[in-house]
Amino acid sequence: MQEMSTQTWNALRCDTAERLNAAAEILGDGKIVAAKDVTRLLEAVIHPGDKVNLEGNNQKQADFLAERLCRVNPKKVHGLHMVQSSIALDSHIKLFEKGIAEKIDFSYAGPQAGKLADAIQSGKVRLGDIHTYLELFGRYFIDLIPRVALVAAYQADRDGNLYTGSNTEDTPVIVEATKFKQGIVIAQVNEIVERVPRVDIPADWVDFVVPSPKPFYLEPLFTRDPALITESQILRAMMALKGIYAEYGVQTVNHGIGFDTAAIELLLPTYGEELGLKGKICSAFALNPHPTLIPAIESGWVKNIHCFGGELGMEQYVRERSDVFFIGPDGSPRSNRTYAQIAGHYAVDMFIGGTLQIDEDGNSSTATARRIAGFGGAPNMGCDPKGRRHASPAWLQCGEENGQREALVGRMPRGKRLVVQLQETFREKMAPGFVERLDAWNLMENAGLSIPPVMIYGDDLTHIVTEEGIAYLHRCRSIEERRAAIRAVAGFTPVGLKANPSETRLLRDRGIVKTPRDLGIDPARASRGLLAAQNVRDLVRWSGGLYQPPGKFKNW
Amino acid sequence: MALVHLKFSFDGIPGASIPREWSHSGVVGSGDMEVLLTRREQNGRVNVTVCTPVSGFDRVWELVLRRFVAESGCGDLELEINDNNATPFVVGLRLRQALLEARGGEI
Repeated sequence: MQEMSTQTWNALRCDTAERLNAAAEILGDGKIVAAKDVTRLLEAVIHPGDKVNLEGNNQKQADFLAERLCRVNPKKVHGLHMVQSSIALDSHIKLFEKGIAEKIDFSYAGPQAGKLADAIQSGKVRLGDIHTYLELFGRYFIDLIPRVALVAAYQADRDGNLYTGSNTEDTPVIVEATKFKQGIVIAQVNEIVERVPRVDIPADWVDFVVPSPKPFYLEPLFTRDPALITESQILRAMMALKGIYAEYGVQTVNHGIGFDTAAIELLLPTYGEELGLKGKICSAFALNPHPTLIPAIESGWVKNIHCFGGELGMEQYVRERSDVFFIGPDGSPRSNRTYAQIAGHYAVDMFIGGTLQIDEDGNSSTATARRIAGFGGAPNMGCDPKGRRHASPAWLQCGEENGQREALVGRMPRGKRLVVQLQETFREKMAPGFVERLDAWNLMENAGLSIPPVMIYGDDLTHIVTEEGIAYLHRCRSIEERRAAIRAVAGFTPVGLKANPSETRLLRDRGIVKTPRDLGIDPARASRGLLAAQNVRDLVRWSGGLYQPPGKFKNW
Repeated sequence: MALVHLKFSFDGIPGASIPREWSHSGVVGSGDMEVLLTRREQNGRVNVTVCTPVSGFDRVWELVLRRFVAESGCGDLELEINDNNATPFVVGLRLRQALLEARGGEI
């Protein structure tokens, strides 16, 4: 009994109170902190070895706080363990070069992928794990709980209520994981207003608000200029529409961000219309507001889109289409990434995207030997969600066709997500899209990873679409058959050259491989004239002027 | 970068050439190519010269060209290709388009 009474159960809360007192001694009371005082604030509330979440999303970046964190005295603040979605800014790497941070757990490192690999190799960065978004968010509540979170919002009021607007993204999950485990939340905001349009994060979950000298950086990640779409992409889009969307009647979809899926979006009102598919496919998306979807939306194809984030230039268009997009009572979307990822994981029947390399077993990866790009959210969609229990026609049909179902679950009916890779057999500079060994293995060795970073595993992949044909991999009964089907569509790559024509013939007879001819598609029809919009200007026109593209996409 | 010059020769169909003396099509834009087709009676043979900045893909060129000759049913031709990193898909597509154009068909 004696021992029990001395046990402390509120050590975290006490520690937080001490940190907040230390901050108050330097800065006085009040939540609003001037930009010039931010470095001292960070030195007061962050302790060596803390887990710190620096909000770096797919798009929105807490860039000012990141830059100020780089300015703390490494003698006072060091050994930080960063836990963050994206490594997107120079400052994210600088933290390690300056000896302020030493370890990182993350999900995506697009623009910094090369620098990150270098920093890991030179021993400046100790790598935790590379995650998918939902996986990382999950760990924020289990074993990667942030002690301090540095987040970004459009606006705050004087009490500290935050408005994260159409780029809410990861803010709610970060703030909740931090604050409810007694941590400290600091938000940079573009401006302080009398009254926020909508409370996205309540004031009592926010400890400090910093008006940033300039608006946070936002990356227009999902804009694809139709002028850059090639005939090869159009051919694969035609094949996918006829051989997959139509074949399975796929109504609920997540698209990747590449030009292949942009081509599909732009073919819906033209080729899709010609095939009589309107109303039969693509009525709902878990997808960012892709500008290339405008013609399909305007032609009445799309009933519903739930977004992971926003897209520069699409704000007004989205606002004026509240039947299609999710719009708050204030008139703007929220785009909570966690919910969009859940929708993409459980509620869509198909993921379709592109990749850099596919191996002979159907595993695919965007890793190269010297860049650690991470995963982002794609694998949450590009997999068969094992926890799914609701049925839909497309899901059931794909499961019905599963050549290995009986071997795994006997006669029990079970559906399957369609997971589709669109792949040109060779990319630019003749880099083969099909390889005997993924570069991910080299990256594993170079960066000391525990496993090769695989974006989509072969057992989840159901279809590959190349200019040579579609391989319906899930129809195969064995891995040997899957390999033969992959070889059959791998063209003149080293993998494709191993294809045996008589074996391919058999696979075609059984409907496991279909060439454009088998699908009734003449490759000569794959011309740019088939696209509903030829360029960004056409997209603006389709939107009735509501889409306002960023300057770099305007060339007229 | 040094350009690579390749030469190939295939059995085509005698008499399956093009109606005009020669025909040119395509542009040497990035990821694309141009081709000059010249009629030449040579027992159906199709001779091809390729000028490309990419080295190490002789066998792929041979396979792509062989497939084009077989599938298009052409013959008695000289092809001169100037390539700027076209992928095998683009090479096959441009050759089919060029032949169609030379024969006066719609693309």
